[in-house]
Amino acid sequence: MEKIRITIDGKEVFGERGQTIMEVARDNGIDIPHLCYHPKLSKTGACRLCLVRIDGRMLKTSCTEFAMDGMNVVTEDDGLKGIRRWLLGLLLLEGEHNCLYCDADGDCELQKYVKMYNVEKSDEDFPRNLREVDYVTSNAIKRNENRCILCSRCIRACKEVQVSNVWGFTERGSQTHLIADDDRRIGESSCVKCGACVQLCPTGALTFQPVLGTGLNWEFDKESSICIYCGVGCKIDFYKNKEGLLVKTRGNDDGPNKGHLCVKGRFGFDFVQSPKRLTKPLMKKDGQFVEVGWDEALDFVADRMKGIKDKGGPDAIAALSSAKCTNEENYLVQKLMRGVIGTNNVDHCARL
Amino acid sequence: MTNSIREIPQSAGYLIIGSNTTENHPVIGSMIKNEVQNNKKQLVVVDPRRIELAKFADYYLPIRPGTNIAILNGFMHVIIKEGLYDKTFVETRTEGFEDLKNTVEKYTPSYVAEICGLDNPEDIAAAARLMASMKPMALYYSMGITQFVSGVNGVKSTANLQMLLGNMGVEGGGVNPLRGQNNVQGACDMGALPATYPAYQPVANEDNKKKFEAAWGAKDLSMKPGLTLVEMMNAAHAGEIKGMYIMGENPVMSDPNQQHVIEALDNLELLVVQDIFLTETAQHAHVVLPSCAFLEKEGTVTNTERRVQPMHRVLDPAPLVRDDWWITMQMANRMGADWEYENARDIFAEIRKVTPSYAGITYDRIEKELLQWPCPTKEHPGTQFLHRENFSRGKGLFTGVEYTAPYEETDREYPLVLTTGRILPQFHTGTMSRNSKVLEETAPEGFVEVHPNDAINLNINDGEVVSVSTRRGSIRIKARVAGRSKANVVFIPFHFYESCANRLTVDCLDPGCKIPEYKVCACRVEKIGA
Repeated sequence: MEKIRITIDGKEVFGERGQTIMEVARDNGIDIPHLCYHPKLSKTGACRLCLVRIDGRMLKTSCTEFAMDGMNVVTEDDGLKGIRRWLLGLLLLEGEHNCLYCDADGDCELQKYVKMYNVEKSDEDFPRNLREVDYVTSNAIKRNENRCILCSRCIRACKEVQVSNVWGFTERGSQTHLIADDDRRIGESSCVKCGACVQLCPTGALTFQPVLGTGLNWEFDKESSICIYCGVGCKIDFYKNKEGLLVKTRGNDDGPNKGHLCVKGRFGFDFVQSPKRLTKPLMKKDGQFVEVGWDEALDFVADRMKGIKDKGGPDAIAALSSAKCTNEENYLVQKLMRGVIGTNNVDHCARL
Repeated sequence: MTNSIREIPQSAGYLIIGSNTTENHPVIGSMIKNEVQNNKKQLVVVDPRRIELAKFADYYLPIRPGTNIAILNGFMHVIIKEGLYDKTFVETRTEGFEDLKNTVEKYTPSYVAEICGLDNPEDIAAAARLMASMKPMALYYSMGITQFVSGVNGVKSTANLQMLLGNMGVEGGGVNPLRGQNNVQGACDMGALPATYPAYQPVANEDNKKKFEAAWGAKDLSMKPGLTLVEMMNAAHAGEIKGMYIMGENPVMSDPNQQHVIEALDNLELLVVQDIFLTETAQHAHVVLPSCAFLEKEGTVTNTERRVQPMHRVLDPAPLVRDDWWITMQMANRMGADWEYENARDIFAEIRKVTPSYAGITYDRIEKELLQWPCPTKEHPGTQFLHRENFSRGKGLFTGVEYTAPYEETDREYPLVLTTGRILPQFHTGTMSRNSKVLEETAPEGFVEVHPNDAINLNINDGEVVSVSTRRGSIRIKARVAGRSKANVVFIPFHFYESCANRLTVDCLDPGCKIPEYKVCACRVEKIGA
């Protein structure tokens, strides 16, 4: 790769030929405001928020403009600041952006920039199209298009990340809006509920259905772990609220999944907090399960096992370990069977 | 997988055979779809069902269930006959080419098309030529290759093809089995298998016996390989196994021939089940032990690309629920052992000492680094893809394998082929997914997928409850009339206890690895009340 040298805000930085100004800036820790751009997606230059001034003259969208050797880029001056405020003001006028009752409050890129640039909604009377609100057709995804800024990230996420090609725009100009498949609602479409569009939506236009009413975004705790379902091993950030209830998940970019998840990785975790979970050891007495203490249960198991071994030898005992348990737990089960009981009768569902 | 998930963009094309990737490994499925749709990569799909990937494929070959070996031999026949194979690779890295050549000689496209039930033999040749032009091609497979009585031979065939094309030991190539459980790779690595200690060290080996006796302070470790899962059930049924300890598995739902499994479990003097729910299996237990779910525990898991990753405690368990390792340790200590593990980290330290491929992996490293085994030392960067310069045995061995028919062929009484598998919103025996609201609402019930032509012949409608029977049993289930399966082939997902597919499946096994033939048995679909 051919190295190039450009100047951003007076600082000399290096990039590679073929990179956009936005990419060179990001690689060098310089943040240029943007809404439609996302590093995982193709570039459209639609929102214009990432405009920069090049060589003191041209204004170009930095997410689509290739960096050229010797370029002098200014990411913000009074003129650019004015343009950004004006663009954000238009977005506020066009939609129905009220953080008070928006699920994305505290986790919204539009909100971040509106606060950063201190923009208020103009009291100008602006002819506005009320767009569709669909909170009911899908049990996974909520859509409120009045919060949509037409950045098309969801369309690109569905086309380039999940590759189900569900979302699309229809109509033109001020009538432009989002449709699923051939103008269906999301719950009636071919959507597979992977949630990639929601994870990449910069506003509250697309949100997760189960999150509703569980708490405030900035009060959630986050911890990562590995998905329990298939063998891909997706890394997931789990969010829980103040009461300790799991509320949502996001794909973590460091895992083999590179941030993407499927419907199970996205929504398949409430079983952990199900009221049907076992909470105490159980022993069958007279054909019925009764709750017992750990000592009673474990002593009973050990005695019976020893009895079976004494009578029938170690090979009269067998164990099924688990492809759902950790390496450490599997290791101990085979060590128990081999080292303590004395049999190699240990297997798990590898072939099932 | 011999190769890595992050190499998907490096491949020039893909052969997907016996893997419904977008439903069973959706994230990998999406990565492959992205390359094909947006980066003009090529794709050949071989599967009895018209799976989603078939829409993206350059060639889609809807073979009869159980005929993988025939079609792979057919591809290799064309590749060898037309001289399209990687001659340098075959000469320098492999042996046994003549054996393979002789075996595939008779697998002409027209012969193969007849076995596989394909209309157009020319598609087989064209797909083979396309595959030979992809440099490199990655081969992905899953249970659609392995769950047959010829499963081992199916796997050998995939390796034959990839060696022939010189796609082994290169970035973006490889034979890539997709593992169906989050830690099935790790459970195998850890020796939760009847014939091997951790890292696949055979139990029937004097040196290994001594090594583990020293490591564990144990005496007289058995050198007799143990029983596999289905063999255990047979032994329990026959009264030879009397005690069974089941940690986090649900054989009543997941094993073939359910009735036989239930009888076997009920025949035990002691059945201990350790799980998070009172599963279908736990209901037959004498003792049920409540354990932590994955979000309540710490430890490591190993994914399909041999990558070892840390799990973190996200939630606190209920007061009397215990870690699986703690329960196992308590059992061991009450039977005379003196284990003193404080946490999963202690156990992992011991694993590293006896598992050469994990020796260089530490808890600290996997928090920061992407590590795939083999990783023999703390300085080793892990292994992105296997067989770079040599195969484990030196040269790669071609093994010509013949196509053999499935165990149970269709007849007048049972005229249709039943194949089983998973669907996207559910998982395995449903213990987790059926207790998750969004998933259960999305797919609340089982179905039998019937081809429209068969539906007309059987006089059944979409959504109608029908009866499906095999020699093992019979279930009632809703029909889903769809052009997805081949005619004469029906599909049932096995997640649903109400319409349990494994009441029907056959428990015959591959003679080598003892995998049950879930993917083919003969069945009959009938209208109820007709």
